[in-house]
Amino acid sequence: MNKKESPYLPENATILNVEEMAEREKLFEIELDSGDPLGHEPGQFVEVSVPGVGEAPISVSSSPTKEGNSFELCIRKVGNVTNVIHTLSEGDKIGIRGPYGEGFPVEELKGHDVIFIAGGLGIAPLRSLINYTLDRREEFEDIKILYGCRKPCELLYEDEVEEWRGLDEIDYRETVDECPDDVCWEGNVGVITTLIPGIDIDLDNSYTVVCGPPIMYQFVLQELKQKKVPDHRIYLSLERRMKCGVGKCGHCQINGKDGEFYVCQDGPVFNYDIVKDFEEAL
Amino acid sequence: MKVIKKEDLDDFVDELIAKDEREVVGVKSKDSKYVFDKLGKAEELELEYDVTILPPKKYFMPQRETLVEYETREGIEMKAVNEVVPRIIIGIHPYDLESIKQMDKVFADSPEDGNYLEKREKSILIGVNMQQFSEWSFAGSMGTATIEDGYDLMLTDLGDRYAVEIGSSKGRELLEEGSLKIRDAEPEEIEEVEKIEENIQDEFEKELDFSPRNLPWLLAEEYGDEDFWEENAEDCYSCGTCNIVCPTCYCFDVQDFNDISLEEGERMRQWDGCMLEAFAEVAGGENFREERAERYRHRFMRKGRYLYNRFGDIACVGCGRCASQCVPDIADPTNIFNKLWSDKDE
Repeated sequence: MNKKESPYLPENATILNVEEMAEREKLFEIELDSGDPLGHEPGQFVEVSVPGVGEAPISVSSSPTKEGNSFELCIRKVGNVTNVIHTLSEGDKIGIRGPYGEGFPVEELKGHDVIFIAGGLGIAPLRSLINYTLDRREEFEDIKILYGCRKPCELLYEDEVEEWRGLDEIDYRETVDECPDDVCWEGNVGVITTLIPGIDIDLDNSYTVVCGPPIMYQFVLQELKQKKVPDHRIYLSLERRMKCGVGKCGHCQINGKDGEFYVCQDGPVFNYDIVKDFEEAL
Repeated sequence: MKVIKKEDLDDFVDELIAKDEREVVGVKSKDSKYVFDKLGKAEELELEYDVTILPPKKYFMPQRETLVEYETREGIEMKAVNEVVPRIIIGIHPYDLESIKQMDKVFADSPEDGNYLEKREKSILIGVNMQQFSEWSFAGSMGTATIEDGYDLMLTDLGDRYAVEIGSSKGRELLEEGSLKIRDAEPEEIEEVEKIEENIQDEFEKELDFSPRNLPWLLAEEYGDEDFWEENAEDCYSCGTCNIVCPTCYCFDVQDFNDISLEEGERMRQWDGCMLEAFAEVAGGENFREERAERYRHRFMRKGRYLYNRFGDIACVGCGRCASQCVPDIADPTNIFNKLWSDKDE
């Protein structure tokens, strides 16, 4: 039992850029003060530290294929820590621990169609993988992105989404739950599941990757079942209270009859076939 | 095995208190109960006790401890902190020694938690075989009424003297440190200790109706019996007392505490409990174990199955603290486990 480096000590990092994305979300570009890349896989998360306020688990929103050593976090203003992070600007310092957890199985997805289904802030973790597949487009077959949010003004990554709309090499579809009368919206109106019947899924050759608010999963999964998508071809990213990030504090444990997972270590990305029988997972 | 006269043990403890640089703590009486606390003199030590209010876990994982100190005057500076007070802990019952063995595994699991491990490494554990028994304890059923390792020294009361079993080189070194009057045990004394340990097994009022090795599969089988869990959790206050007094509960929360300058402070971890309503709640309000029955089930699953799956131990050592402290009296593991056992064929 030797004294080891504390797993609870964050690294210093600097905010390089802040971009307003929607009423509650900002995109932060961050670089570790060591100058090292974060070294993450798409789908992993970090613990973001504001000394004096606390830590919050945030999924990394940029792809490791992004140029430079910085990474991006899309942060919704929703609690003590994230409220304060929203007041920070370029040049401000924060702490980072991680990356933690199991991300998306990139190697397994290569050579297959990938269908992304994102609801609301669920686009943030998925974007790390979406951009990975776009940066290495030739390593993947058909790419489909289904993106839904409540209202047009809640759409995140507007510039990138505009690009996706125009890309011939992917099939991008979007929807909003509702659209106020005075807003111009050319996409679909309806919940995210209304987009699913309209897409062709090559059942033998595709993976579906889903991320969204907890309520969304059961409806999306039902719809995918209708499409006869095999359970083991679906990956989900789950949100939990990942306080320590290192499998100790107990908060993110999810259980089922047959076992248990620590989302911070075994997830946040899970194969649906593995978690479907976990009563507390979905 | 060695033997020491009781008055010589008192002298030895007084000498440790006076001369050893480590803090000497032991079981003391407090009102009508017992606690682990710092010893001022050997006569405060109560080696005949039933159970302490809190287990000795508090010395390795304090109720609140600093993990990181930060300073934000220019940019941010953070440094890892571990406030280690090396201790000699006297009077630990076998079930608590077993729980410490389990916690050692938890915190040594990768990535290692130095805050626990270093405190643990710098402590000396002196166990004592039980002479009094809490009416809530079922250590006999859990195989933790006696223990063969996990201590540095182990005492057994033989009337006017103690038998001393050496459990580690740390224990041996401690014996060598003082001007200790100690001798090898006679064959009769060894036999007496064996007899005492054998008899301890039958001293418990509470017991499991089955071997605890069945708990992992039994709990898996009964996990889905929602009526059962709801019925038994009905009176739960979600107060978390059962978590707080448990020697194998180690879940924690982490919070920052600023000093008055607001420019520096400490990031501290403090005990948390899975029975508390907000335990699995995330920012934004979603609570992944919102129902009392879900949280209630979770605690029993942790004790009897989840931690077994992860570390190979049944994480209930039968101390009975949860049962004895629960106001609505719904926390007794023997009650729940025995009901599950008798329900299993229905």
